[in-house]
Parts: sequence; C-alpha cells; structure tokens
Amino acid sequence: MSAAIVPVIAIWLGAWWANTRLSAWAVSGWARLLPPLLFGVTLLVIWEMTVRVLNVSPILLPAPSAIGARIVSSTAVLREDVVQTFFRGALTGYVLGCGAAFLTGILVDRVPFLRRGLLPVGNFVSALPIIGMAPIMVMWFGFDWHSKAAIVVLMVFFPMLVNTVQGLAATDVMQRDLMRTYAADYRQTLVKLRLPAAAPFLFNGLKICTTLALIGAIVAEFFGSPTKGMGFRISTEVGRLALDMVWAEIAVAALVGSAFYGAVALTERVLTFWHPAQRI
Amino acid sequence: MTGVPVIDAKGLGLTFQTGDGPVVALSDVNLAVRRGDFVSFIGPSGCGKTTFLRVAADLERPTSGSITVNGMSPADARQARAYGYVFQAAGLFPWRTIDRNIRLPLEIMGYSKDDQNARVARVLEMVELSGFENKYPWQLSGGMQQRASIARALAFDADLLLMDEPFGALDEIVRDRLNEQLLDLWKRTGKTICFVTHSIPEAVYLSTRIVVMSPRPGRVTDVIESPLPAERPLHIRESAAFLDIAARVRDGLRAGMGDDV
Repeated sequence: MSAAIVPVIAIWLGAWWANTRLSAWAVSGWARLLPPLLFGVTLLVIWEMTVRVLNVSPILLPAPSAIGARIVSSTAVLREDVVQTFFRGALTGYVLGCGAAFLTGILVDRVPFLRRGLLPVGNFVSALPIIGMAPIMVMWFGFDWHSKAAIVVLMVFFPMLVNTVQGLAATDVMQRDLMRTYAADYRQTLVKLRLPAAAPFLFNGLKICTTLALIGAIVAEFFGSPTKGMGFRISTEVGRLALDMVWAEIAVAALVGSAFYGAVALTERVLTFWHPAQRI
Repeated sequence: MTGVPVIDAKGLGLTFQTGDGPVVALSDVNLAVRRGDFVSFIGPSGCGKTTFLRVAADLERPTSGSITVNGMSPADARQARAYGYVFQAAGLFPWRTIDRNIRLPLEIMGYSKDDQNARVARVLEMVELSGFENKYPWQLSGGMQQRASIARALAFDADLLLMDEPFGALDEIVRDRLNEQLLDLWKRTGKTICFVTHSIPEAVYLSTRIVVMSPRPGRVTDVIESPLPAERPLHIRESAAFLDIAARVRDGLRAGMGDDV
C-alpha cells in the first residue's frame, strides 16, 4: 500500500515544480490563468489516484470521475434542483431581501428614530437560528420554494441593511457642504452624491449575500420541501448512501454559487470602476 | 463700487460650544466687501478666516451680529445660488468625468442641456482644461483637479466666488501659475472674490484688499487697500510697493499674535 502511493507523491511534487516554473513565466494576459488551472487539475488527479490506489470506499469519498459521471447521467434532475433551489428559492429571496434592506436602509438613514429602533431589530432577526425558523416558515408559506425564499430574506436582510446604512454615511463633510452650497435638496443629494458614494458598500453587502442566499435555500429544504431541490436531494441521497449524488449536488452548488458571486463582482467592477480598490 | 456691498458684516460673532467649553471663532467682525473686489483673508490658523467664509456661505450660523450677502440673509443667498464655493481640496466626485463634475451644479440648478454644454465648454477653456473633459479626476494632477473645481464654481451664474485656501495643498510652481490664471479670470469675469490664504505673497499678489486677522478670539486687526495696479505680472512681487504691503501685512499678523508667539 505504501509503495502504491509513491506515484501520487511523484505527481504532486512534479506538478508543484511545474507550477512554480509556470507562475514565474506566465505573468500577463490569459496565461495568468494557467497556474491556478494546473493546480486544480493536479488536485483532481491526486484525488482520483489516491481513491483508486487505496481502494477508498465510494461512501467515504467517491472519485472525481464517479462524481463527474453522476453529474452527466443526472443532468435533468440536477437542472430541476438548481431551478427549484437557486432560481426560485435563493434568487427570489435574495432580490426581495436585499431590495427591502436597501429601502429600509434609506429610511433608517433619513429618520434617526428608526436608526435607533430598527437596527437592533435587524440584528435580532439575523441572530435567529435558521434551523428554528425554517420549519416555522414552512408552516407559514407552505412546502414549496416560497418558504425557502422567506428564509433567504431573513438571512440576507441584516448584512445588506448594515452595509446600506454604512454606505450612506460614507460621504465626507466637504462633499456634503458642496451639495449644500448648491442648495441641493434631499433627493438630489441622495441620487448624485450619497448613493454613488455608497456603491462600494452596497456591492459588499450584495456579494456577502450571494453565498448566504444559496446556503439558506439549501439548508431550509431539509425542513420540508417538495420532492425536488438541492437540499432535499442531499438529505434523501445521504439516507440512501448515494454519496456520489450528494457530491454531485455539492459540486453544482459550488459552481452555481461561484457563478452568482462572480456575476455580482463583475457588475461591481463595471459600476464602481472609479473606486481605488477597482482601478487597474 | 457703489450700491449694496456684496458681503456686509456688522458686529459678527460666532462661538462654538465644544466639550472643552466655548471657543470664540469670530468676535465683532465688521467688514464690507464691495462688488468687484478681490479680498484676501490672511491670518494664522484659528483666526476665523475660514469660519467667516463659511458663515457667508450659510455653512455655519453666527451667534451674534448680522451679515448679509447680496443684501439677503446667507440662507436666502444660498437658496438663490448667489455664490460659488471652492474648498481646500478639489472635492471632485471620482465617479464623474471632469465634464460631468462641472455639470453637477448645473444639473442640480436645472439648466437646460444645451446651456449646460455651452457653459462646460466655456469654463473648461477658461481654466485651460479643454481636452480633459472625459478624464476622471484621479487621472489628473492635483493642480488640474483644483482648476476643475474652480471651473465647477464658475459654471453657474454666481457673481461671488468664495475660495477657502484653494491652492494650499499645491507646490509653489503650480501655485504661481494658478495665481496668475486666477487674477486673469477675475479681470475677465468681473466677479467678486473672497480668498482665504495663509501665504503673505499670495494675498498681496492677488488682492485689492487684504483683511488681516488674528486668533483667540478670531478678529479683524487690519484692512489694507492695495495700491498695486490691476495689471500684475509675476515679477511685481519683487517691486518696492509689493514688499511694502507685504511688510505691513506681516506687522499686522505679528501684532495680532500678541504674546502667544
């Protein structure tokens, strides 16, 4: 057994060496993508070889090829699950929750009384344990994706609210004085100064909430759902010891989550190009 | 030189209530700024020169005395957009191009699109920034940014320009150049300019009147009418008349400091 592991170590060291050379050479353009790509491929190869060489039980850890095969053979099911969990549950909750938090943030900023009253309430809501709230939301909104969207709203509301309130406070005194010398009204100051200045904070909130939304929607399905959805699939396939399907769902969830985050980050890059953190 | 003064302060006082007790920023300031004047306010920090400008701009409320701007209260004058204010830093919005930064007050004040275009082009030419309209502020040097902020204050129809140490953060060479341009601008536009500075040569070079102030409490100690001609090449700063006024300003500043120094 110990001799069988030697080629795995050899590949690991070889790829390490190759990547050191590669990252010194690939400094610009698309070539910069090569080192992380090689790293990912190496990881998969080592995983595959280790599982085969050591005869690891597929219940403990299926080989990447087995997971890949499962993804290919179950595309229809996976697609249905993604639509149910991501597009219906997570995305709806994300849009509603972030939108509501944004509007509340503007209101909180406008009315100091609300700032003192609503922020602690927001904090309180965000501290509610999701596994306690999920069954209650199922009672209230039914088994379908609506209850999952409600959970996501609860999860994303507070981080987005805090970022909005903080972002609206991100202008400096001189900029506000300047708007005052123009006799600009509240709406003009909000639209032309404070919201653009808040954009980096807003996107921070939106990025944090992308992953929260997906996690929330998946976990919420553990507490009652129709016979589809990523969380439902994971919980039932674990019961049937079909761990390759669980891994397939995890891989798809990671992909969808990363793509979601990437889309928001890309939008941020386009819209807040002026911010020092985004300038190239 | 006739008619209502642009700024008229009588017995003006402002006391800030701070955690360490009251701080008298302005005490019994009497000053009339005439139309077309270039008035410099000079004095050490804490003398209230910036505070005076901020009171005139309705960014601070006086606690005693009275002040009018164009014959109105500062609040009404601000609502009537009677002045343009240039701050110590350019304060351009980084998400707007130079063109759109200058357009900002015009958008707020509701100028028509055609009028906006014409005005932006005109003031950009005035501050010699034509060709930079599509740059972002962070792509320009500090001097260019400050010129853009002056253009922004010139874009709308205010015949009073309040400038709070606009060139304080710039180096000597850029400063000289901007001083020259500012004088030229003042002559061409006929605006009334109030200019805060802590540089004696700058104050003497630019002004028709120099208001010398001193701290604790902030007050006016001397008002000097400049005998220098309207035409002022940079080398006028080596002339005897120039040095005379500079000496008088320096004496005024020193006397105002009292035993503090």
